[in-house]
Amino acid sequence: MSRLAGLFAELAQKNRKALIPFVTAGDPNPEFTVPLMHAMVGAGVDIIELGVPFSDPMADGPVIQRASERALAHHQSLRTTLAIATEFRKTNGHTPIVIMGYLNPVEVMGYEKFADAVQAAGVDGVLTVDLPPEEAEECTALLKARDVDPIFLLAPNSSAERVQKMDAIGSGYLYYVSLKGVTGAGHLDVADVEAKLTEIRANTKLPVAIGFGVKDAETAKTIGNLGDGVVVGSALISQIEANLHSPAQAKQAIIELLTSMRQAMDN
Amino acid sequence: MTEKYNMPDARGHFGVYGGIFVAETLMPAIQELNAAYRHYMTDADFIAELDKDMQHYVGRPSPLYHAERWSKELGGAQIYLKREDLNHTGSHKINNTVGQALLAKRMGKTRIIAETGAGQHGVATATVAARLGLECVIYMGAVDVARQSLNVYRMKLLGATVIAVESGSKTLKDALNEALRDWVTNIDNTFYIIGTVAGPHPYPAMVRDFQAILGREAKQQCLAQAGKLPDALVACVGGGSNAMGLFYPFIDDAGVKLIGVEAAGDGVETGRHSAPLCAGRPGVLHGNRTYLMSDDDGEIIETHSISAGLDYPGVGPEHAWLKDSGRAQYVNITDDEALGGFYALTRMEGIIPALESSHAMAYVMKLAPTMKSDEILIVNLSGRGDKDMQTMAKREGIEL
Repeated sequence: MSRLAGLFAELAQKNRKALIPFVTAGDPNPEFTVPLMHAMVGAGVDIIELGVPFSDPMADGPVIQRASERALAHHQSLRTTLAIATEFRKTNGHTPIVIMGYLNPVEVMGYEKFADAVQAAGVDGVLTVDLPPEEAEECTALLKARDVDPIFLLAPNSSAERVQKMDAIGSGYLYYVSLKGVTGAGHLDVADVEAKLTEIRANTKLPVAIGFGVKDAETAKTIGNLGDGVVVGSALISQIEANLHSPAQAKQAIIELLTSMRQAMDN
Repeated sequence: MTEKYNMPDARGHFGVYGGIFVAETLMPAIQELNAAYRHYMTDADFIAELDKDMQHYVGRPSPLYHAERWSKELGGAQIYLKREDLNHTGSHKINNTVGQALLAKRMGKTRIIAETGAGQHGVATATVAARLGLECVIYMGAVDVARQSLNVYRMKLLGATVIAVESGSKTLKDALNEALRDWVTNIDNTFYIIGTVAGPHPYPAMVRDFQAILGREAKQQCLAQAGKLPDALVACVGGGSNAMGLFYPFIDDAGVKLIGVEAAGDGVETGRHSAPLCAGRPGVLHGNRTYLMSDDDGEIIETHSISAGLDYPGVGPEHAWLKDSGRAQYVNITDDEALGGFYALTRMEGIIPALESSHAMAYVMKLAPTMKSDEILIVNLSGRGDKDMQTMAKREGIEL
C-alpha cells in the first residue's frame, strides 16, 4: 500500500480530514522550502503538495504564476524540486509528498528516468496538470510500477464518464478543483461543491481532496466536511508574497494559517 | 506515398505529436468544440456560408502571381507568389478567423478571445467579431504591443479590448497562456480562436482545414497557368498555419517539395532564434506535443525574431510529423537575410511583404537559382508589410 492510501485509510478510521498545503518549491528561495515543510508537518498537515516551477503555468492564476517566477529566478527545476523532497525525507519518513507541475519538464527528462527519480526522492504522488488520462497511460504505468500514485484533477464540468476514467487510471486520491478557472480565483459556492461531490462519489471509491478557493479556517472546515481532504495553495503563497522582505515572517504567517485551519477542521 | 494522407487520428495525433494535453477544466470545452467541428465541417449549410464569406468578404480566391522579373533576376526557377497579402485585413489569418467565428456563432457563443503576436491574427479576429457583433478580447504580449502599435490601434478601432500581457517574456507564448486562462474561467460563453495550427486537438487540424483553401487554390491556379504541378513550395513557419494551408493539399503529390522556413533571429548558433524544428526538441506546451525551444530542465526558452509573428517557441504538431517523416524539409533564415528578402521583393516586384513572409522570400533567393528555369516554385506571400513600416523605418533611422 502506498503512503497515500495508508494515510487516507487511517484518517477515515479516525473520521479526520486531510489538510494538504500546496507551496511552490524554491519560493521565495531554495533554502526556504525544506524547513517550511517540516514546520507545516508540525502544524498538523497530512500531505504536502510541492509545486514544480514552470515557465508557462497555463492553469495557474497570478499568485502561483509569480511564485513560479520567483523560484525560476533561482533556477529551481524539476531536478532540484526532487532534491528538496530527498532532503525532507532524511528526517521525515511518514508525511506523503505529492509533486504537482506541468508535463514538459517530465517529457524532457524522459518518463522512465522521471519515474525512477520520483521514487528515489521518496515522493508518493505525481499530479501533472496538463496530462489528462487519455494521454497518461505510459507515464502512469511507470509510476504505479514504483508504488507512486498518479493523481488526477476533476473539474466542476467533468462528466460522470470522466470521473470513471480518472478512477480507473488514478490512485492515491482525486483532486477536485472546486472552481472553474485558474488557481486562486473567485468565490467558492458550497452548495455547488456538495452537489458535485455526491456525483463524484457515485463514480469513484478514491478519496477526494478539494481545492482552489480555500482561503481561511472556516472555509477549510466547511470544505473538509464535504470531501476527504482540503488543499490550500494560493492563500499560503500570498503570505510569502506579502512578506518578501522577511521569509521568516512569511513562514510564521503560513504556520498560523494552517494551525487555525487544522483546529477548525478537527473541532 | 501509396496510401492517402489522413492525419491526424481520432484523438488528434500526428504520429507521436499533437494530442490533447490540457488541464481537466478545459477538457469539456475541448470536447464540445471537437464535436461541433466534426459536425459542421461536413454540414452543407455551414460550408456554403463559409464559401460565400471567403469569396465576398475575404476576397478569395487570392491571385497566384508569376513574379517574372524576380525569377529572371535570380536566374533559376519560375517563382509564383500566392497573394494572401491581398486578402481583407492583409494576411492569410482571416481565412481561419472567418471559419472559427462562424463556428462560434453556430455554437451559440457570444464572446470571442484570441492571442496575437504580430497583431495580424488579432486584427483578423477583431474584424470578424465586429462583423458578427460578438464581444472580443485580444491578448497580446506587452513587448509586441509596443512593436506593433499600428495593429493595436486597428483592433481597438474594430471594438476589441486589447490586453497587454506582462508575464513571462511578454510575447506570443505568454499571450497564449493568458488566453487559455481566460477560456478556463469563461468557458460557458466564450470561444477561443487560436490563430495557428497549434494547441490541443482539434485546433491543429481545424485551423489547417480552414487555411487549406489557399493551397487548393494554388494547386488549381498552377495547373491552369503553367499546366503542371509546382516543383517546390516555400512558406514561413512560426506556428505554421500559412505553411500548413499551402502544404496540405500537396502532401500526397510526392514530386512537390515542401519547404518550411523558420526564423533564425541572430542565427541558430547564437541561441537567439525561433527555430524549434531546426534547433529544438520534442516536448509538450499549449496543449500539444511538438518541437519546442526548451532547456535541459524543460523550461521554455525565450525566443527571438525580428518578426513578432514568428516569435514563438513551439510549432504546429503536423509540421513536427512532416519533419520526422521526411515529407517536408525545414530551413531557417536570419533577421538580416529576411531583410534582404523584404527589400528584394519590394524593389523587384513592387510588393512590400510582411517581415514574416520576408523569411520565405529570403529562402527563395537561395533556392530559386539552384533550380532549372522550367521548374516552378510557389512561395506563400502570407501577409503585406504595411504593419512593419514603423519597424523598418526605425531600422533605417527614419522617424515617421
